[in-house]
Amino acid sequence: MDNITQKLMQKSESTKKDSLGRAVSLAALSLIVIVVISIFAFVMSRGLSTFFHDGVHVKDFLFGSTWNPSVVNPQTKQPYIGALPMIFGSFLVTFLAAIVATPFAIGTSLFMTEIAQKRGTKIMQPIIELLVGIPSVVYGFIGLTVVVPFIRSVFGGSGFGILSGTIVLFVMVLPTITSMTVDTLKSVPRHYRESALAIGATRWQMIYKVVLRAATPGILTAIVFGMARAFGEALAVQMVIGNAALMPHNLTSPASTLTSILTMGIGNTVMGSLQNDVLWTLAMILLLMSLVFNLVVRAIGRRGEMK
Amino acid sequence: MNAKRADKIATGVIYAISGIVALILIAMLAFILIRGVPNLSWHFLTSPARAFEAGGGIGIQLFNSFYLLILAMIISFPIALGAAIYLNEYSKKGKFTTVVRTAIEILSSLPSVVVGLFGFLIFVVQFHLGFSILSGAIALTFFNLPLLTRSIETSLAQIPNLQREAGSALGLSRWETVIHIILPAAVPSIVTGVVLSAGRVFGEAAALIYTAGQSAPALNFADWNPFNISSPLNPMRPAETLAVHIWKINSEGIMPDANAVSAGASAVLIIVVLLFNLSARKIGAQLYKKLTSA
Repeated sequence: MDNITQKLMQKSESTKKDSLGRAVSLAALSLIVIVVISIFAFVMSRGLSTFFHDGVHVKDFLFGSTWNPSVVNPQTKQPYIGALPMIFGSFLVTFLAAIVATPFAIGTSLFMTEIAQKRGTKIMQPIIELLVGIPSVVYGFIGLTVVVPFIRSVFGGSGFGILSGTIVLFVMVLPTITSMTVDTLKSVPRHYRESALAIGATRWQMIYKVVLRAATPGILTAIVFGMARAFGEALAVQMVIGNAALMPHNLTSPASTLTSILTMGIGNTVMGSLQNDVLWTLAMILLLMSLVFNLVVRAIGRRGEMK
Repeated sequence: MNAKRADKIATGVIYAISGIVALILIAMLAFILIRGVPNLSWHFLTSPARAFEAGGGIGIQLFNSFYLLILAMIISFPIALGAAIYLNEYSKKGKFTTVVRTAIEILSSLPSVVVGLFGFLIFVVQFHLGFSILSGAIALTFFNLPLLTRSIETSLAQIPNLQREAGSALGLSRWETVIHIILPAAVPSIVTGVVLSAGRVFGEAAALIYTAGQSAPALNFADWNPFNISSPLNPMRPAETLAVHIWKINSEGIMPDANAVSAGASAVLIIVVLLFNLSARKIGAQLYKKLTSA
């Protein structure tokens, strides 16, 4: 009798295994969360030490336009740490690339979902997937050997600059924006299209006045994702933008982005020095911007849901 | 302009745009393959790189790329699998799940440079691992985890609930159901996801520059003891990968035949990534056939 009671009261072998499995998989999941938290904690703590430890003013950093951390300004006794050229460069290439890529992305996804569904998915789908798969250094190499000489011969100058960066980024964000736009267009209910066609709209009127309007939140999300990718892209941009920490005079003068200065500089500075700290502050800006892009996507998603 | 004319023009424009996008891809692939493939030879693929003279190869870099890929996969796959199992099979809707999903989303959108710099800060500097394959593999793991987790989770979610109910009806615990029913059913699409992510990891460079390093010391391919410094298997040696090599020789500009070498290396990179992408679905479909006798 006791034996049976005991057996019934105890956890069975498979319950024990279940708890163990659950615990192990929970641990794996928690590890990811810990990684995210520690990335933020460590990069922020290094990035903020520019302001707390080295006593740099936030205003000087964000709005100063001279970048030369190893030289001290004789008047203010502060090194030149104005990060505006990089911040400006990053935002400029990001926005330009998104502006150029959006019409192409929308056109391609309309082709795939509205104009030629069969051929569209058969031909364009693999093309988009291949574009996603090409590694970023290869984009950089093509930019360096094709785009930069082309710009040089057309516009003069060195060929390195915002324009080359924009062209390379345009191709890189195109598949991101396109594939997400395709998903959005596919989720527009069929009866929207049928209703529009039934009241005598042409295909373009149906697309322009109904489908695109219904898909606007999704398309905006796609564009923001593309911009997030462009903003964080490092090597391809770094290879074609010229890496001069100057405010760009025009689209073909050498410029720089946060990522390009970061990849060039971090190995050449001593950990804990001001020259190194300011680079970590650039990394922190990158981190915060990717958070901002995430929040924007969420905000758009919530807006879109409401109607 | 009447509506019909506008419709025709718009259709034409859409065709033109799609054509341009297709042309861009074809032109890029053609450029890389035409410029790169003539440089490929057995010598190029197996001999070590030369910094200041022409005629170097990419042998060590190619080996490093594959070795790093395998290590990164070995570390990241179990973690991603566990996380996906918990998310799809155990978690209930609630605060914790929302936080976790947000964290995964944020990790997947972080610039890979930042992930690399974090790896540099923690493993290279704090833990004194130095520029090493191990640091690089861990950085690649961070980069790979969110995407792999999401793809495995999608694979698990595609298995119909009927299977889970059948497991419960047979008196299996949830864990047993997952291990014996759900996972085997999901294997084909999990494999597809893993191979696709391998393609991404293979081409990644930004996360590796400051973790696996930018130098490729000579290796002795006869020595397979992982504790020897010149052994290819030693995880503590610095290891420049193919993608990092392309970046480095182009931004340094001291190698006389940098252009030819990077064209050849780019071609190899593209071919490998394409192979991964093309084979991913095929392998998945083949496995599905074999496992289900369908």
